[in-house]
Amino acid sequence: MLILTCPYCGVSAEETELHAGGEAHLTRHATGASDDDLQSYLFYRKNPKGVHFERWRHSNGCGKWFHAARCTMTLEVFGTYSAQTTQPPADLIKKIKQKRPDWEGWT
Amino acid sequence: MRRYSAFAIAREALRYHSGWGKAWRSPEPKKSYDVVIVGAGGHGLATAYYLGRNFGITNVAILEKGWLGGGNTGRNTTIIRSNYLQDPSAAIYEKARSLYETMSQDLNMNVMFSPRGVMMLAQTQHEIRGFQRTAQANAFQGVKTEFISPQRVKELVPIMNISGPRYPVLGALWQERAGTGRHDAVAWAYARACSGMGMDIIQKCEVTAVNQSNGAVTGVETTRGTIGCKKLGILVAGNSGDLARMAGFRLPMESVALQALVSEPIKPCLDVVVMANTVHGYISQSDKGEFVIGGGTDAFNNYTQRGSFHHIEETIRALIETFPMISRMKMMRQWGGIVDVTGDRSPIISTTPLGNCFINGGWGTGGFKSIPGSGWAMAELIANGQLGPLCAEFGLDRFAEGRFIDESVAAGVAH
Ligand SMILES: Cc1cc2nc3c(=O)[nH]c(=O)nc-3n(C[C@H](O)[C@H](O)[C@H](O)COP(=O)(O)OP(=O)(O)OC[C@H]3O[C@@H](n4cnc5c(N)ncnc54)[C@H](O)[C@@H]3O)c2cc1C
Ligand SMILES: [Zn+2]
Repeated sequence: MLILTCPYCGVSAEETELHAGGEAHLTRHATGASDDDLQSYLFYRKNPKGVHFERWRHSNGCGKWFHAARCTMTLEVFGTYSAQTTQPPADLIKKIKQKRPDWEGWT
Repeated sequence: MRRYSAFAIAREALRYHSGWGKAWRSPEPKKSYDVVIVGAGGHGLATAYYLGRNFGITNVAILEKGWLGGGNTGRNTTIIRSNYLQDPSAAIYEKARSLYETMSQDLNMNVMFSPRGVMMLAQTQHEIRGFQRTAQANAFQGVKTEFISPQRVKELVPIMNISGPRYPVLGALWQERAGTGRHDAVAWAYARACSGMGMDIIQKCEVTAVNQSNGAVTGVETTRGTIGCKKLGILVAGNSGDLARMAGFRLPMESVALQALVSEPIKPCLDVVVMANTVHGYISQSDKGEFVIGGGTDAFNNYTQRGSFHHIEETIRALIETFPMISRMKMMRQWGGIVDVTGDRSPIISTTPLGNCFINGGWGTGGFKSIPGSGWAMAELIANGQLGPLCAEFGLDRFAEGRFIDESVAAGVAH
């Protein structure tokens, strides 16, 4: 079972206590956006085979949304971090690069 | 290629079955082909078959990273039905279902298509209305379905408890000519027919890059060398996102795990397929006597072909209420596949930003039933370069235009 540590309340939570929220750090295009921008925000996903940055909600706990970096090939969790950011923290990126030298980066 | 027949069985019986020969060749890849298909699942193999049969294009290679049929085609619970709500879905799934009816004869291999009937239980007022509406739509679409009473459900499935405490059975959508088929045999039958037409099926050959020049594909890099092509078809289900990355575009799609399990074999007691969408579970009995059981997908992106245990628990819990007898049964095997789920839960059969590259995917949790229809339409797309009538609505442009096929065709549970 997948276990993630909630960066807000510090609880190490099992998957059944959490709600998966999909790809993180999407640019939110809204009214006035071009068709291309809107469709990519709403539907197009990186869906990588490897390192994935994603949103989770501690739904059966403190209720907060947070972020996680996880490998979709091995289910290894690299770390979790606050939702109040538009990009992954630099130290987490460094840590992933060390573990996965071939990783092409987060964007 | 030798024909399979009763006569052939008799002949082989007399000589200790020494004369059967291989069902398909395993050639070395050639330098280039008119069409390269990535993925020897049901959809890739069916596409190749109809390219040959309907368009006379046989200089074709089908590249497979593992063994043919080893992806979702060999991992699914084999439900075949066509009782969809929207016209584009009903058309392509009914085309597929009707091709299943004659597949064993057409491909000269027994695919064990068993039109035993599929029933989708209505366990909420909302479902009653939804299924009644679907039955009406199906009548216009020429797909024979009916909404049946709880008593009729009980007659068809005596082992079912129709008055469960949480979700009593209030009726069902019944499609009499829906059913199951033998998944491996479907892949094998197409593979044998493709090989018989002179196509090369190349297993243990993983595509690692898509070579391009001037906005067109020139070939692919593989673990068995460079293979050139005039046209490329991508049919890799859960790996669609990865192939799109190699080709340089993205898709409105995510890959998640879907699991299934089978019980110990018991005497025949369930001769239809039962699906219960509200509680997320479905069940049928295989010819070997095992119950084949499936449920919902995991929620998070995953390429591991393993799912989460709690989903199995939820599925079994749901089914025990409706089928109390299974609470005493042992479950023997469990497995997972990576399914490709799109934004509107309907499949994609489409041109791509690369002129001579075509994609077919997003069948998600429900694309075994569609294999022949999808292959038929995909072959037409690859041969003509444009979407034919069977898949006109399934192009990628529907996401920009908001022209969704709102079906939950491939949604978490409904197969
Ligand atoms: C547990 C489960 C239950 C299901 N139940 C049903 C059901 O009851 N009814 C129904 O209709 N559908 C069901 N489905 C869905 C159905 O299995 C799929 O939609 C269908 O099999 C997809 O077929 P495909 O040919 O597109 O994919 P696959 O059979 O997965 O074939 C794709 C192939 O591409 C290969 N490939 C991937 N990447 C590469 C690469 N880089 N190079 C070369 N080859 C590559 C893979 O190895 C694979 O063999 C179920 C799925 C699962 C997982
Ligand atoms: Zn928390």
